[in-house]
Amino acid sequence: MKRRDFLRTTAPIVLFPSLINGLSVRALAESPVLNSIGHSLESDHVLVLVQLSGGNDGLNMVIPVEFYDAYHAARPNIAIPQARVLKLDGFDRTGLNPAMPELKDLFNREKLTIVQGVSYPHPDFSHFRATDIWLTGADTGQVLSTGWAGRYLNHEYPHFPEDYPNTAMPDPLAIQIGSLVSPVLQGPILTMGMAISNPGSFYDLLNDKAPAAPTSRAGDQIAYIREMAVKTDQYAGVIKAAAQKVTRQSDKYPAAGKNPLADQLKIVARLVAGGLRTKIYLVSMGGFDTHARQTEPDDTTTGNHAKLLAKLSEAIGAFQDDLQGLQVSGRVMGMTFSEFGRRIRSNASGGTDHGAAAPVLIFGDAVKPGIIGDNPSLPSNATVNDNVSMQYDFRSLYNTLLEKWFQADTFTTTSLLGKDFPVLPFV
Amino acid sequence: MVDPILVTSGIKRYKGKWDREQVAHLLKRTMFGSCRADLDHFHKKSLKKAVKELIHTEYPVPGPPINNYNDDKFTDTEILPGADWTVARKFDGMNNGRRKNSFKSWWFGLMLNQDRSIREKMVLFWHNHFVTETNTVDNALFCYRYNVLLRKYALGNFRELVKAISLEPAMLRYLNGYASSKKAPDENYGRELQELFTVGKASDLKHVGIDAGFTGGTKPDAAGVRVGPETPHYTEEDVKAAARVLTGYTLNYKTFSSSFDPKRHDEGDKQFSSFYGSRLIAGKKGKDGADELDELLDMIFARDEVSRFICRKLYRFFIYHTIDDATEENVIVPLAKLFRKKKYEIAPVLEALFQSRHFFDPANYGCMIKSPVDFTVGLCREFNIAFPDVSDCEEQYGLWEQLRNQATGLQQNIGDPPNVAGWQAYYQEPEYDKLWISSDTLPKRNQFTDRMIGGGFARNGRKIVIDPLGFAAGMSDPANPDTLIAESVRGLYPTDLSAEQLQFIKTNILLSGLVGMSSDHYWTNAWQAYQDKPDDKGARNIVTTRLRSLYRHLMDLPEYQLM
Repeated sequence: MKRRDFLRTTAPIVLFPSLINGLSVRALAESPVLNSIGHSLESDHVLVLVQLSGGNDGLNMVIPVEFYDAYHAARPNIAIPQARVLKLDGFDRTGLNPAMPELKDLFNREKLTIVQGVSYPHPDFSHFRATDIWLTGADTGQVLSTGWAGRYLNHEYPHFPEDYPNTAMPDPLAIQIGSLVSPVLQGPILTMGMAISNPGSFYDLLNDKAPAAPTSRAGDQIAYIREMAVKTDQYAGVIKAAAQKVTRQSDKYPAAGKNPLADQLKIVARLVAGGLRTKIYLVSMGGFDTHARQTEPDDTTTGNHAKLLAKLSEAIGAFQDDLQGLQVSGRVMGMTFSEFGRRIRSNASGGTDHGAAAPVLIFGDAVKPGIIGDNPSLPSNATVNDNVSMQYDFRSLYNTLLEKWFQADTFTTTSLLGKDFPVLPFV
Repeated sequence: MVDPILVTSGIKRYKGKWDREQVAHLLKRTMFGSCRADLDHFHKKSLKKAVKELIHTEYPVPGPPINNYNDDKFTDTEILPGADWTVARKFDGMNNGRRKNSFKSWWFGLMLNQDRSIREKMVLFWHNHFVTETNTVDNALFCYRYNVLLRKYALGNFRELVKAISLEPAMLRYLNGYASSKKAPDENYGRELQELFTVGKASDLKHVGIDAGFTGGTKPDAAGVRVGPETPHYTEEDVKAAARVLTGYTLNYKTFSSSFDPKRHDEGDKQFSSFYGSRLIAGKKGKDGADELDELLDMIFARDEVSRFICRKLYRFFIYHTIDDATEENVIVPLAKLFRKKKYEIAPVLEALFQSRHFFDPANYGCMIKSPVDFTVGLCREFNIAFPDVSDCEEQYGLWEQLRNQATGLQQNIGDPPNVAGWQAYYQEPEYDKLWISSDTLPKRNQFTDRMIGGGFARNGRKIVIDPLGFAAGMSDPANPDTLIAESVRGLYPTDLSAEQLQFIKTNILLSGLVGMSSDHYWTNAWQAYQDKPDDKGARNIVTTRLRSLYRHLMDLPEYQLM
């Protein structure tokens, strides 16, 4: 069977109901960079993209303590009380939402970097368009049909999909966990990849759990097709084998089902530690479109946004702890992103409307710690039109990850991203 | 495989609801896919009128295949480009292969452009029943004429069809009848005539408790089959005797027809076994020898097994693969009786079947795996994919051929079934249509749908590809994500998805992860923005991207393999 065949077989169905993303693969041994250093798992760098759908309110996640008065004046109904803001060692002018103790801890242990004011010129305020811009790496007026990570993989591993998997590259190049259908891994030709859309089905696979017996004629046919899909999926075997090598994981993860992002990251840690050479993982959580009642009126440190941030913090905290315990934390770097931040000024419904720039979090043992960029400057009388302004183009972050984490050369990244965006000092 | 549920409904007239779900079920089985225009058309009629229209409407005989095949190595000097090659008199190594290809693509085109009729489905049914292989028959004109014959008799009289097919050059060539003479009667056709075309194999005589004259035999096995020494059945002597009856037919490659040559006919008496009532067909001299075929068919059609065998085959092709005791008793036996009563007219049997409670039994919706032809042709019809018209016949045939090649890759090469028994999926116990889905073909099916919703198939700048915007625009309210998804699912699947699955699709595909009911308006706004400015590339791209993901996802799910 040709590579295209088996990739396609990555069972859209039972285990991986939405195999979506295109990636392209070439044996790692054929990669000039890796060839020169020889292959060892320790040198395989992994990138974990954490997509926060809906537009995360950066101002209430990373709080500009330096401009607290202006911050409070712009959003008195949702502002975090200054006394409750979590302090960051050595960075008195900036703090974190009190819902994120784990992330504060990571920052203070120099495993978390904050990049302030990430956006792009002429930001788009539509969820869909802004999401597409972030995932494809496009300019605001530009329509691209491929994902930025998909283009990278396609470049790094050309001639996909023939002759894969093989002994040099037995694993999927990228895995998406969680249900979001995201084009970030879309390559120029292929629109498929490995997706584990439901953590529950992942554990069913590991446990050889048989699906319920069919109770109808159509159900019997569907059960058969699903069974065939799993059998046909050559990745099911390597994933299962990798996962089964890991028998203990951090006890910091919450119980299954309590925190979907944590469930997803727990699988990522397990697969990385189990020896998969997969380069990129995409995980996601939704709910950040907080137009109304973003916080509880009587206690702005609680409410919907706080719950989301708490989950994000808990998930990443447990994940880092797990990676460390599994002794693979040096290989993994993560990045959160959202399609946009939210308006400086809150609205009357106790929420925030679509905005522009927002902070991005980079995490992992290998980050250069600290805060890149300044607190957003906030007008003293913010109007409904005021937005957090851009300090760094989001593609500078992509470029940094490609050049510094994946060792892609500038010529390559320039062609992949359309321009030589400046490298930032977080790797 | 054991039938997971007991279905006891029979062929009494169905009087339940007649909604789009029922119309779609009828169309998916009797045509290739249920496209929106046909659904609208038949929904306005009653079930009775719909079935009548599907079975009884007379449509013009399709025009013949044409020369689409000149290339840099060959130019047909007899037949101009775009002209009918079936009037050609010269068939040789250079033109014949090209014409065979043209014939097969033409046939695929007929399925893609089918009328509102069961006819093309029946042509495929009879092709699978009276198999010939283009590769073996070899002559392109024979292949074409055989196909025309199937279409002519598709809804006619089965006995007449058997007689006509027995004399058809393609069949005489395929099963060696043309070479059979009194000196060495070839048993091939004499055997298949009984085993595959009319009476069926001994093991087809299942549920023999119902078959008259059965005495004893083995206990029924898991599939209900009882076979034993006492099972009444034609014998090897019957095969030999039939072969002798059938001697004398030859092929004329100048007129491309068959004829009866008395000199080659076995004029001796032919004695048949007790299965056929120890019938003796007296040998006839001279031209009268050809009349022995009628006697042979009268003798065969006197057996009730013929009607049951054909009704079972129709059942497996149109309804479901497993025939258990209840189905045999409630569906096959009464249908077979009707078939005999109507002197082997096919239409009344189909009419009864497609109006029956059994056909509309909820158990029988979506219980068939699409054949590769259903899969490929059905997709094109359901997504209303436009092909070049006849003025651009080279690209038209070329794209038909590309699609046909997809079906071939999925293991259904029309014109060339794997052997005389037809495609295994229609007869091989216990898997039946599950055989269409393998570790080879399931990925190919997914690749095919991905390609149709992605880059499509192109030829010289002409392209066939799904237009997701056009498909969505045909929904009653595409701006409403729930309606859009629900109607898309109903348009593409024979079964519903669960509420969780629908919600999953909405949130993660159409809404790009935006959760909560209040998020629906993001899709509504995006659709409206596109409606307001259809030429705005950005607005168009936002909805196109999500609709592509939606339809790709729907076609990746196993439900899409069913009909």
